[in-house]
Amino acid sequence: MDKILKALSVIGLILSLLPALLSFNGVISFEQFKILLLTGTILWFSTAPFWINKKKAT
Amino acid sequence: MNLTRKFFLGKLNAVNEFEREPIPSGKLQGWKSFLGMYAGEHTAGTEFVIGPLFVAHGVTAPALVIGLLIGNLLAVLSWAFLCAPIAVKKRLTLYYQLERICGPRLTAVYNLVNALMFCFLAGAMISVSATAVGIPFGMTMPSLLDIYPTNIGWIVVVFAIGFITTIVAVFGYEQVSKFANIASPWMILIFISAAIAVLPEMGVHSFSEFWNVATTKIWTGTPLTGQSQFTLWHVIFFAWFANMAMHIGMADMSILRYAKKWQYGFASAGGMFVGHYIAWIASGILYSLFLLESNNSLEFAPGNIAFRAAGTAGAICVIIAGWTTANPTIYRAGLAVQSVMPMTRTWKVTLIVGLVTTIAACFPGLVMKLLDFVALYGLILMPMGAIIFADVQIFPKLHLQSDFAMHHKSSTNWAAAITWLLTIAFCIGLNFWAGIELFFLGLPGWFVAVSVYILGSKVLQKSKRKDSVKVESF
Repeated sequence: MDKILKALSVIGLILSLLPALLSFNGVISFEQFKILLLTGTILWFSTAPFWINKKKAT
Repeated sequence: MNLTRKFFLGKLNAVNEFEREPIPSGKLQGWKSFLGMYAGEHTAGTEFVIGPLFVAHGVTAPALVIGLLIGNLLAVLSWAFLCAPIAVKKRLTLYYQLERICGPRLTAVYNLVNALMFCFLAGAMISVSATAVGIPFGMTMPSLLDIYPTNIGWIVVVFAIGFITTIVAVFGYEQVSKFANIASPWMILIFISAAIAVLPEMGVHSFSEFWNVATTKIWTGTPLTGQSQFTLWHVIFFAWFANMAMHIGMADMSILRYAKKWQYGFASAGGMFVGHYIAWIASGILYSLFLLESNNSLEFAPGNIAFRAAGTAGAICVIIAGWTTANPTIYRAGLAVQSVMPMTRTWKVTLIVGLVTTIAACFPGLVMKLLDFVALYGLILMPMGAIIFADVQIFPKLHLQSDFAMHHKSSTNWAAAITWLLTIAFCIGLNFWAGIELFFLGLPGWFVAVSVYILGSKVLQKSKRKDSVKVESF
């Protein structure tokens, strides 16, 4: 379960950076960038709390 | 009720851990935890204000890039060579070390001043969050020239955020601290993403075009109406002294005392070159887009700026950045006040501190003058760091008594008290009469503080020795 959560978190972080590069290069529109950024944000905050602090506690 | 009582007692016990004793070797931490801590702590709500204010003050692009490089490097060296060696040598909190040197009464005064500064800093962060929370309500945003609250909507939003922040500080500090850890890697990516994504709108379509746009459209060298002109020197000294209270002022002794080696002080580079370099540059880019689109409007609302550049995620980032900075700051201010009034419950003190913070947050001037406030904050607390430096590193070589107040059971070390007052008076004097700006005063102030403290201690300790000789002969 942890591995899945971590993988989703990593995807969330990738979605927080990659769309900016795609938008900069004209691959996606600015509006699409904002939607993907929000998706990454939701993905990160809905998965990271379940493993980050657990990792810190060990 | 019992649960609440247990919660508070548990929390207080946790806070008091190793407060009055050196850290045991089993509790020491590796360099990675310091790197992560510094990177997280220095990518915060203030970064949404400082980067844009450099643009508003007409910093040029070369001055920014070179100035931040030098200033942040000097800050890292201050952590590594001034703060960390003493933290590792003594392994005590700043407050306990001060108590040993200065005595409990002077330390209490320091704590109160520190708490007040924390309140203002937290207040500025609540204001920053308010500029994002107010977006859906169409709230009128403050301008760079505003000092006092301009509309009732602003006050209502600030009080709502202040109330929630204070309640969370009372009940859930640890949860917020954990949340801040989670938010920090995402937050820095939002800064970078937003800046990259808006570049095409500013005329940058390849990285080779960036420098030309940076010099002509972003950091143009022309200050906005009513703002002073910043030079390379301003950038260097601001970056160096933005956290003066933490490194030269020794506040981070409390953190670096957990380091296995003094060299872990270099981990502060994680905070300086991620938060105070990349994030300041990124937030400056976002603000300059706002200026271009608004024809140099004086409105200053980090929430609006981030929303324009990164949509809802950007606004969320401003709220979280402001909140995660304000929350622990209110909590720390509460602890500082509580150390002066140990009989008063932490939650009552935190509520009062939260109210003071919220009232301060109503004044947008706190955000608009954040650069001056940050400089003043460091300047006021710096002399105590200089006193600790002299006491720990210089006194043994001069055969002077370290930890004077502890050895003489003195409530106030007058050499330290006079040093603090004279150094601040000297710096204010330079500011008023010589016109030297706040940002530059920390450097001469430090040398004055060290010199006055050594001279004052020589006089004080000589008179104490004479007194003890008289008593013995009597």
